[in-house]
Amino acid sequence: MHDHDHPHHDHSHDDGAALPEIALRVKALESILVEKGYIDPAAIDVIVETYETKVGPRNGARVVAKAWCDPAYLARLRQDATAAIAELGFTGRQGEHMRIVENTQQRHNLVVCTLCSCYPWSVLGLPPVWYKAAPYRAKAVIDPRGVLADFGVALPKETEIRVWDSTAELRYLVLPLRPAGTEGWSEDRLADLVTRDSMIGTGLALQPGAAA
Amino acid sequence: MNGAQDLGGMMGFGPVLPEKNEPIFHAEWEKRALGVTLCCGALGEWNIDTSRHARETLHPADYLSSSYYEIWTKGLLKLLAARGLVSREEIAAGRSLSAPKATRPALKAADVPARLASGGPCDRPLDRAPRCAVGDQVRTRNMNPTGHTRLPRYARGKRGVIEARQGSFVFPDTNAHGKGEDPQWIYSVVFKGQELWGAESDPGLSVAIDCWEPYLEPA
Repeated sequence: MHDHDHPHHDHSHDDGAALPEIALRVKALESILVEKGYIDPAAIDVIVETYETKVGPRNGARVVAKAWCDPAYLARLRQDATAAIAELGFTGRQGEHMRIVENTQQRHNLVVCTLCSCYPWSVLGLPPVWYKAAPYRAKAVIDPRGVLADFGVALPKETEIRVWDSTAELRYLVLPLRPAGTEGWSEDRLADLVTRDSMIGTGLALQPGAAA
Repeated sequence: MNGAQDLGGMMGFGPVLPEKNEPIFHAEWEKRALGVTLCCGALGEWNIDTSRHARETLHPADYLSSSYYEIWTKGLLKLLAARGLVSREEIAAGRSLSAPKATRPALKAADVPARLASGGPCDRPLDRAPRCAVGDQVRTRNMNPTGHTRLPRYARGKRGVIEARQGSFVFPDTNAHGKGEDPQWIYSVVFKGQELWGAESDPGLSVAIDCWEPYLEPA
C-alpha cells in the first residue's frame, strides 16, 4: 500500500511518505469516520489534551500524599476509594470503581492486567507502553520479583508480594510506603516523592532529597 | 477464549523495558487512534466487553506483533465492519462509499469533558444474595469457552480464598456477545503462588483476581 523506506518511525512527521502503514490506516479511518458524520475530530483533540495535560499520575500522587497525612482520609479510602478519590476531583473513565491496596513492611503490592490493559486512568492517566506490552503482562503474575528487578527494585526476601490482576472493572491504586525522614512534610512536598511506578507497584516512593 | 491476550505466565518475551521519561504518546497517530476508539465507542453500537473481544480475536501472531494502539485500531476496524458502519472496501478505498448508518449522534468536543468525567460505571443492582462469603475456600472452574471470558487460563481449576466481596457487575461473558448484562457478584479471590505455579514458586507470592460468581465452585 505504501513505499516503506522508513518502516519503523517512532515519532510523527508531517511528511506522509515517512509515515508507517498503521499511521496511514488511522488517518484514512479518521477521515472516513468524519466524512460519515460518526465522529467530530475536535472531540479527539479534547480527549488527547485531557490525557496530555489534565489527567495523569499527579492525580494519584495527591491521593497518596493525602492518605499519608490524613488518617481520616485514609479511612475513607479504605471504606470507599472511588468516593474518597472523587473528593479530590478525580473521577471518570477507567476509574469508576477504585480500590486502594496498601504496601506494608510485610507486603508489597503490584498491579497488572494480564488480559488487556486495565489501568486506573483517573488517577494515573494513560498507561505506559510497558504496562500494556507482553513482557510485563506475562511475567508479573509468575515472577513479580523478576519484574521488580527489571525496574531496579529489590525487596527483602521475606517481604511478601501480592499481585492484583485487574480482571474486572475494579481499578487498583497502590499506596506506597511513606519514606522515612518525611515527618511533618506538607502534602504538596510529599506528592513529589510519589512516582507513577510506585502507585503501580513497580517502584517505591522516592527518598527525601531524590525528588526532581 | 484462549487467545493471545491471555498472557499471564507466558515466557520468552524478555525483560520489561521501562522507558525513562516516556512520552504520553509516541506518535501523532497514537493520539488519533485513542480518540477514534473512544469516539466510536460513544456511538453506542457496542460495549467495552465487545471491544475487548474484538481485540482478543486477532490472530495470535498479529496480536503479539502489534503495539497496543495497533491492537486497538485493528479491533476497531473489525467492529466497524461487523456493525456495518465502515466497510472493508471503504477502508481500502480511503473514503466513504455509502450512506452512514443511523447511530447515536457523534460525541461533540464540548461534551468530551463531562463524558470522560462520568465514565461508564458497570456495577448493577442484583436482587439475590451472593453465594460466597469472605474466607470461603473456592475453586475456579476449569473452562475453555470459545467466547469472551475474564478468567485467565493460569487461574482456572485453582483453589483460592475469597478475600472480599466487591459488589455486583455486568458479566462480560454474556455482555460481549449481545446476550445481556446478566449482572453477577464479583469476589476478590486470592491464590497462593504455589497453587498457581507449583511447589517451586516463590512462597511469598499471592495473586488476587476478580472473579464473577459463575467462575467459582465450592472447593
